[in-house]
Amino acid sequence: MSTTADFRLIDSTLRDGSHAISHQYYAEDVMKIVQGLDAAGVQVIEIAHGDGLGGSSFNYGFSAVPEKDLIAQACEVSGNAKIACLLLPGIGLADDLREVKELGVGMARIATHCTEADISEQHIKVAKSLGMETIGFLMMSHMNSPEGLAEQALLMQSYGADSIYIADSAGAMTTEDVRRRVGALVAALDVPVGVHAHNNLSMAVANSIAAYEEGAANLDGTSAGLGAGAGNCPTEILAAVSDRYGIMTGVDPLKLMDLAEEIVRPLMPRQQVIDRAGLLLGYAGVYGSFLLHSQRAAERYNVSQAEILLELGRRKVVGGQEDMIIDVALELAAMHAQEE
Amino acid sequence: MALRCAIIGSGNIGTDLMIKMLRSDTLNLTALVGIDPDSDGLKRAKSLGLQAPHDGPDWVLKHAHEFDMIFDATSAYVHVRYHHKYQDAGITAIDLTPAARGPKVIAAVNMHEHLDAPNINLVTCGGQATTPMVFAVRRALNALPYAEMVSTVASRSAGPGTRQNIDEFTKTTSMALREIGGAEHAKAIIVLNPADPPIMMRNTVFAGIPEGSDHDAVINSVYDMEKQVTSFVPGYRLKNPPVIEEGPFHTPGGVVPHRAVILLEVAGAGDYLPEYAGNLDIMTAAAMRVGEAVAKHRVTGLSEPAQL
Repeated sequence: MSTTADFRLIDSTLRDGSHAISHQYYAEDVMKIVQGLDAAGVQVIEIAHGDGLGGSSFNYGFSAVPEKDLIAQACEVSGNAKIACLLLPGIGLADDLREVKELGVGMARIATHCTEADISEQHIKVAKSLGMETIGFLMMSHMNSPEGLAEQALLMQSYGADSIYIADSAGAMTTEDVRRRVGALVAALDVPVGVHAHNNLSMAVANSIAAYEEGAANLDGTSAGLGAGAGNCPTEILAAVSDRYGIMTGVDPLKLMDLAEEIVRPLMPRQQVIDRAGLLLGYAGVYGSFLLHSQRAAERYNVSQAEILLELGRRKVVGGQEDMIIDVALELAAMHAQEE
Repeated sequence: MALRCAIIGSGNIGTDLMIKMLRSDTLNLTALVGIDPDSDGLKRAKSLGLQAPHDGPDWVLKHAHEFDMIFDATSAYVHVRYHHKYQDAGITAIDLTPAARGPKVIAAVNMHEHLDAPNINLVTCGGQATTPMVFAVRRALNALPYAEMVSTVASRSAGPGTRQNIDEFTKTTSMALREIGGAEHAKAIIVLNPADPPIMMRNTVFAGIPEGSDHDAVINSVYDMEKQVTSFVPGYRLKNPPVIEEGPFHTPGGVVPHRAVILLEVAGAGDYLPEYAGNLDIMTAAAMRVGEAVAKHRVTGLSEPAQL
C-alpha cells in the first residue's frame, strides 16, 4: 500500500496514548491495537511509555507492565507494520535502543526539546549503527522560531537522522504556525519532514493537513485521539479527511474507525474532549502530558488545576519537568493559606 | 601547612574553582593549567599571580615535585588517559569529570571513607545535589526500596561534555543514589531548560516510603541534611517543605504506600559563574570541601568527625 500513499501515517496510540491511561496498558490491549492498525494498513506503530523508553518513574508514572514486554508483544503480533520506539535523551539510555532492536523494533524516534537537538547526537548515532530507521523529534516546537527550528533540525540531520519531526507537544500551534515551520524545514533539509499534532486548540487535523500541503511526508495520529493533553490528531479522522481532500493515505479509514470505536474507546477512562484544562494547555503552551499530573496535584493540595497550568506556562517549563507541577501546587497552596 | 595544588582545565569549572581555592587556608593553589593561552581562565590566573601554562596535563607531570594534589576539570577522556600518571607521580587527584576511576565521593555523605584514596571521583552535579537527600531518607527508614532524582539545569550551563554524553550523567548519578544514597533501586533523569533569563538548577528527589515508616523522622532527617549541605554550598536549599504523598506507587523496588517529594534549588555563589549555574557551583564547592578534608587529614592524620 505504501507505494500509493502521499504521506506516511505513524500511529502513536501505544506511546502517546499511554499518557491518557496513565501508562496502564496490558499485553492484550497491545495485541488488539497492533492487529487493528496493521489490518488497516498503518505502516508504522509506535510503542513505549508515554515519555519514551525508560519513562516509567515517579515523575512520569509507573507502567503497569514493563514496556519491553509490551514492545516484544507488538513486534510479535505485527504483520507488515514497522514497530517504532520513542526515546528522550536524559530519560532513556542508548542501551534501551540496543535492547529494543533485539526485540524487533525497526524505528527509533529520538526526541529533544526544540532548542536542545545537540543532546540527541549520541542516541541518533547509536540507532543508526543498529540499522534502525531514525527520526529526530523536536518537541514543544511552538517555542522556537521557524528559522531556529530549522537550525536544530539541521543538527539532527547531520547526526544521521533519516527524517525530522516537528512536534506540537503543547497543541499550541495555529495552522499558520505549522505552515511556517514545515516550510522552513522542507527548505533547509535534505531529509523528509513530519508533524506530530495535538488537539488542545482543536487544530490537530487541520494542522496535519496544512503540514502535508507544505510538504510534510510523515504525519502522526492516535486512535480516537488517545494521548497527552486533549489528545492527538485522531488517526481515523486524519484518514477520513485525507480521503475527502483526495490525499492518498494507503490506510483504510473504515477499519480505523472500527478500531477506535470497538477497541480503543472502551479502554479510555475519559473521552478526549477539550475541557478547560485541555484548552489551557494549548492556550498557555504547556506540555500536554502535564494534564493528568496537574489534575492529581490540584486534588491533593486543594488548589485550582487552571492556576497550576497557567503558572507552569509563565515559568516556561519544558517537557520532562513534571516535578514542577508539585512545586507550583505547593506554592499556590502556601500562598492561599497566607491569604486566609 | 597547606597542600600544594594545581587545577587542570581552564574552562568554567576550573576557573570558578580557582576563585574559591584562592580563599583557602589549607589548599595552596599555585597553577591553573589549560591548553588555550587565550582562554579567559588562564588570563585571569595570570593576573591573579598564578602560573598559567597552556601545555595541558603534561606540564603538571613535568613539575610533579611542586604538587601534592591536582583537581581535574578537563574531561572524562583526558582524565582516563592521565589518572595513572598522576598516581605514579604521587599526586592525589580530585576528579570533577565523569571518568569514575577512583571511589565515588559525595561531599556531604561519604568523603571520610576515602581521604587516603589516590583518586577521588565527584560523580556528577546532580549526584552531589541529590544523593545526600536519598541518604537522609534512607537513614530514617529500615530500607529504601526505590529512589529517583530529576535534575533540571539551564541550557546555558550545560556544556558540550554533558550534551554529547548525557547517558553518563544518568547512569553515574543513579549508581550514586544506590551505592552511596542507600536506595535498592534508583533512576536519574536530566532535563535542559532553555528559558531566558536562565532558570536556577532544580533537583527533585522522590523516595518510596515503605509501610509502617516514621514520616516525621524522614522529614526531620531531610531538614538536617539541608543544613549540612548548605554549610558548604550556600545556595543549596529546600525550595518547598518536603512532603509525603499518598500512593500506592508501583516502583521497581516493589509497591510502596507513600513517597517523599523533596524539591531542591541550587543557586551558584557567583564566584566566576553566574548565579543560575548552581549545577557547576555545587561541583566546585564539593571539590573544595573534599580537598580541604584531605588536607586536614594529611596534616593531623585524623579526619574531622563525620556528621552523620
